[in-house]
Amino acid sequence: MRTYVIRRLLLFIPTLLILSLLVFFTVRLLPGDLVDILTAETQFGVSSEEEKERLRAMMGLDVPAHVAYVRWVSGILLHGTLGPSLQRGNAPVEGKILSRVPVTLELGAAALIIGLVIALPVGIYSAVRQDSAGDFAGRSVAIIGLATPNFWLGLMVLIFPGNWWGWAPPLRLYPFSEDPLAHIGMFVVPGLILGTFLSAATMRMTRTMMLEVLRQDYVRTAWAKGLRERLVVVRHALKNALIPVVTLIGLQLPILVGGSVIIETLFNLPGLGSQLIQALSNRDYPMVSGINLFFATFILFNNLLIDLLYATLDPRIRYQ
Amino acid sequence: MSNVADPLGAEQRRRRGPLADFSYRLVREKPLGLLGAVIIAVFVLVSVFADTLAPDPEQRQDVSKSMQPPSAEHLLGTDHTGRDFLSRNIYGARLSLLVGFAATAVAVLVATVVGGLSGFVGGRIDLLLQRIVDAWLAFPGLLLLMTVMSILGTGTLQVIVVLGLVFGIGSSRVVRGAVIAVKENAYFQAAQAVGSRTWHTVLRHVLPNVMPPIIIIFSITIGSVIITEASLSFLGFGLPLSVPSWGGLLSREGRRYMQVAPWLAMWPGIFLTVVVYGFNMFGDAVRDLLDPRLRGGAGRFSAPRRKRS
Repeated sequence: MRTYVIRRLLLFIPTLLILSLLVFFTVRLLPGDLVDILTAETQFGVSSEEEKERLRAMMGLDVPAHVAYVRWVSGILLHGTLGPSLQRGNAPVEGKILSRVPVTLELGAAALIIGLVIALPVGIYSAVRQDSAGDFAGRSVAIIGLATPNFWLGLMVLIFPGNWWGWAPPLRLYPFSEDPLAHIGMFVVPGLILGTFLSAATMRMTRTMMLEVLRQDYVRTAWAKGLRERLVVVRHALKNALIPVVTLIGLQLPILVGGSVIIETLFNLPGLGSQLIQALSNRDYPMVSGINLFFATFILFNNLLIDLLYATLDPRIRYQ
Repeated sequence: MSNVADPLGAEQRRRRGPLADFSYRLVREKPLGLLGAVIIAVFVLVSVFADTLAPDPEQRQDVSKSMQPPSAEHLLGTDHTGRDFLSRNIYGARLSLLVGFAATAVAVLVATVVGGLSGFVGGRIDLLLQRIVDAWLAFPGLLLLMTVMSILGTGTLQVIVVLGLVFGIGSSRVVRGAVIAVKENAYFQAAQAVGSRTWHTVLRHVLPNVMPPIIIIFSITIGSVIITEASLSFLGFGLPLSVPSWGGLLSREGRRYMQVAPWLAMWPGIFLTVVVYGFNMFGDAVRDLLDPRLRGGAGRFSAPRRKRS
């Protein structure tokens, strides 16, 4: 187990390196002079030569790309900074990211929890009562859920409850310290939309795994001992069926990140996703790279954690 | 009929040929897959005959008829400039399918080349390529797409290429696994032993045997590609504003006028859902019929089982 962790951590280094190259060079693909485009779009007001030079130096455009890359990486590693943003004041990118992270984390957590609360009971019921009307209904809703774009679902929630009952989801920010209940309330509807989307896949996975486990010998033994259904299902079957579901939740993270970009924009949540959209439309590329690097590193670490969790949950898996 | 001599119907299948056999089993065994195929066929026909089917192929603007609710004359109402919304949606279908098919074709090509190279050559190349794929998979697809598209600028060709690249590298693991499995087979080793040329081995022995997973990648990816294109266009990083894509219709007309004209925000989403549902159902059926071993618990959103190392 320990050698496995060490090996995984070592393999992490080249992956992170490639990731940083990918993140850094995607925004350098831009044909033409970025500074000319930036100043032409006049959001920086002045377009004097000194101003252009200052911008170039700030974005590392005055040196060859590889030098700029090394500077960027050593800034992260040695000084813990992602460099200045291009927005007014040139505040460091990492400060902005950190201030935006909590909202995205709360939204993600809400979506994951809501997703599991819907998916697990429905998935278990579907498996235990295979081919019943309830099973059929649950599966049908899940496959339709997988086909429904979440930005459209969000639009519908913004429109129709308002038209029918005069109710609309909250679209402004309530700080937790001022109004904890309203703060949590902000995340209910966005969390539901993201959560139902995630729950469709989780539900199908839970059902399949439960069906597989329910046919195992030890479950038949449990039935033969005369245990009650609840004990058989929960204690013997569910525990074993949930292990692959844990992996699935990890694999859903990239989808969750993408979804949060859309949902945050739609519901005016000041998270990292809406910050990315803003940075992209302002062409604030240092900010874009910073956010991308943040999300991708987060997902990489998470994959590692989930693999380790998998090893502790399932004693059958032995890593060399 | 000849059930005793041919219990699995293998002989019958051979006689029918692969395509006819596939259709036969689709109809017999996969009602939802058949429904998916019908949905796809309807939307393909609508896209092909868009010019004849659309009530107003020219999509004329007429501000005096702006934002009319659905009526006999305009079945889905009109948008803010008075254009017939049904016509807009029909051209949206054409665009959505075109981008979906083209981008998925690019994705399959990329997956085959990257995965095939990694699996066939193996060794250091494989190790290096797989680290790149690792990093790529950690980069959330939509973020990568938005970043690249914001730099390249919106455009149909850009969307096709970038979507194809992102989805293709994601799916390359499946091809890699299949190629590695082929290399274990006796016929492959025999070909190597008799000194068959590399390109001959690839074309004759590897490619035909990895065709089923490649077809499966195509059929289960296209639904996600269409939904992702719509999300990108909705966020303003996908298809240009000048064309009526479903995602774009939802973001402009749909969002801006959603309180006064809710039908503008409703229909493109419904069509999108139905099309993606059709492709998903058909894709699942293709996967089950071609290779039941690939059936994952979570359906098409389950990533290929990760290799434990």
